[in-house]
Amino acid sequence: MWTYEKKLQYPVKVSECNPKLAKYLIEQYGGADGELAAALRYLNQRYTIPDKVVGLLTDIGTEEFAHLEMIAAMVYKLTKDATPDQIKEAGLEGHYTNHGVSLFYHNTAGKPFEVQHIQSKGDPIADLYEDIAAEEKARATYQWIIDLSDDPDLNDSLAFLREREIVHSQRFREAVELLKDERDRQKIF
Amino acid sequence: MSGSKSYKPYVSPNDPCDPIKEKSYQTPPHLYMGLQKKDLEQYSPEEALKKGTLWPALFDSYKGFPRKTDGKESNR
Amino acid sequence: MNKELSSDFRENLKKLQAIDFAMMELTLYLDTHPDDSKAIEQYNEYSEKRKDLKQKVEEEYGPLMLKEKNNKENQWEWSQGPWPWQV
Repeated sequence: MWTYEKKLQYPVKVSECNPKLAKYLIEQYGGADGELAAALRYLNQRYTIPDKVVGLLTDIGTEEFAHLEMIAAMVYKLTKDATPDQIKEAGLEGHYTNHGVSLFYHNTAGKPFEVQHIQSKGDPIADLYEDIAAEEKARATYQWIIDLSDDPDLNDSLAFLREREIVHSQRFREAVELLKDERDRQKIF
Repeated sequence: MSGSKSYKPYVSPNDPCDPIKEKSYQTPPHLYMGLQKKDLEQYSPEEALKKGTLWPALFDSYKGFPRKTDGKESNR
Repeated sequence: MNKELSSDFRENLKKLQAIDFAMMELTLYLDTHPDDSKAIEQYNEYSEKRKDLKQKVEEEYGPLMLKEKNNKENQWEWSQGPWPWQV
């Protein structure tokens, strides 16, 4: 089961009302390499992977939901008081027509979230390599959003999320090492 | 080792945009780490939250695409 | 219904976020280094340290998680805002 903790993992601040940034950020909400895809991917892989990496998949999968909430908080702050004119200026009129200022799981081009974004091969090495690739792709996406954004406060939160991708990738790489190791107990040092 | 690497892409006289003569890509520290060693130096919890990791050895800063117009080198 | 939050609250929340983040980092590390006794010791230390901070935050904000005691006799605190993304 899961329980909700009523706080963000990292404080989210946005300096200016710029709904255009929400359009970029939504990629990490409902895009192929976004936080939703990551959470669902890792939590689903847990059932068919050796026990010694189940804890890691559970914990990273759960952290991804905290990141999803951070992205949602950013989009929420950027759009909650935006006027229809600002929405148009930001190129969000298509979104607004269908969803108002509510959030939706789609990417920056408006393509809805697809479960195809998540793979599940049932081969521990294949799955972990996919996870490593997913973290690197999410890291790259954060870089491109930081390039496009000139909001220093927002970029501060995005830099945090980008660094998390690096740490997750490191842990998945270590998980591969654990599975390569013949001994059941880890003893490397 | 970690940080970023750069390369010089071919520039054709027929390229329509101003050429970017040197392009770079990120090579963060985890690519070189292998299994993390025990007892690595740590940030304080407050600093760790700011950086996004507890270990300086895993920290990678991203400078952002160099901006020419506003005279600022980077946004972080 | 929302309550006004003091600057002390924001300060304490940030401190709690910091210690919880360090524990998250240690968790992922221990998931792949389950025999690192020093990291386990540090994790346990932080677990103690967070109690005090958590209490300070909850005194003003109400419970951060369910299954904690509701401190006010005639007001259900859990469903009171502001919610984390609104703060």
